[in-house]
Amino acid sequence: MPTRYHSRYSIPFPVWSPAPPSVTLIFYRLHAVTVSNPNEFPQPTAMATIQPIAGELEPHPDVALVERVRGGDVSAYDDLVRKYDRQIFRIAQHITQNREDAEDVMQDAFLKAYEKLEQFQGNSKFYTWLVRIAVNESLMRLRKRRTGKMVSIDEDIETEEGSVPRDLADWAPDPEQNYGQAELAEILRKTIQGLPPGFRIVFVLRDVEGLSTEETAETLGLSIPAVKSRLLRARLQLRERLSRYFRRKKAPRVTKPREKRVGETRNDK
Amino acid sequence: MTCSEFLALLDDLIDDSVTPETRAELQKHLHGCDHCEVTLNTTRKTIEIYRSHQIYDLPPDLRERLHAAIMARCKKGC
Repeated sequence: MPTRYHSRYSIPFPVWSPAPPSVTLIFYRLHAVTVSNPNEFPQPTAMATIQPIAGELEPHPDVALVERVRGGDVSAYDDLVRKYDRQIFRIAQHITQNREDAEDVMQDAFLKAYEKLEQFQGNSKFYTWLVRIAVNESLMRLRKRRTGKMVSIDEDIETEEGSVPRDLADWAPDPEQNYGQAELAEILRKTIQGLPPGFRIVFVLRDVEGLSTEETAETLGLSIPAVKSRLLRARLQLRERLSRYFRRKKAPRVTKPREKRVGETRNDK
Repeated sequence: MTCSEFLALLDDLIDDSVTPETRAELQKHLHGCDHCEVTLNTTRKTIEIYRSHQIYDLPPDLRERLHAAIMARCKKGC
């Protein structure tokens, strides 16, 4: 049973240094973020950029590969490994935050999937099934490294309410252009590593690897509202942290000149 | 619509899973609220940056090594 906190300060967040004058920090409370619109599910298929297209009409090409492996054709497994090894490695590294662990997880996940292939039902995608194995292996590694400290995807998660500070400074246009590749990668790595594991995993599966909300929920054994709630917090926290690097260097945003209203006299300039 | 209500629906807006009515309300709020407009745009940008810059690549030599190790064990029946 996860620990549930109800203090509005229970979302872990770094201590904020005094904000520069151009930045306003306002705390908004998020109330019952996902419970408020339970009728939104299942999500419509018309997903813009974030959601992969869920084409369930034809059998997934992986099904044929899995059948071939079951029939004794090991080379078909070779194809499956090549198809998904990068994703599995990334997910493992995001969770364990350790290169060696990620290598071990990748091997163990593919070997375990191979051993258990008979148990694969085919009512979920092979990839989602594989990711679930990899997530479990990664969490096990993480627990081993942090001996004595409980690690679960429920860790550090506050549920129904909490406050998210908002850095309201706008970002520079194409802010990533202001950094070299290596520097940018370091910023992105450092930023996402600072998220609590339960937020980080949801963000990685859903936004980086493109799993649907339903697949993410199934993979992590979470409810759909829990996935949605974590995703929102993860996105907002990442945005907040990236703001430090990406905000416009020039100070206050110039407010748009207001149209003069009829009958109004303005003497400014 | 308040800023808190807007934020609560931010993900649905980003993921394009809002009804046309809700979308209209969100747009209306956005029109008069620079803060929420910044939040929406920079949150979208956050996702886009993380999607387009993979920070944990699998180097080709490591990939081949791991791949060979996996397939060797599979061929032996694990």
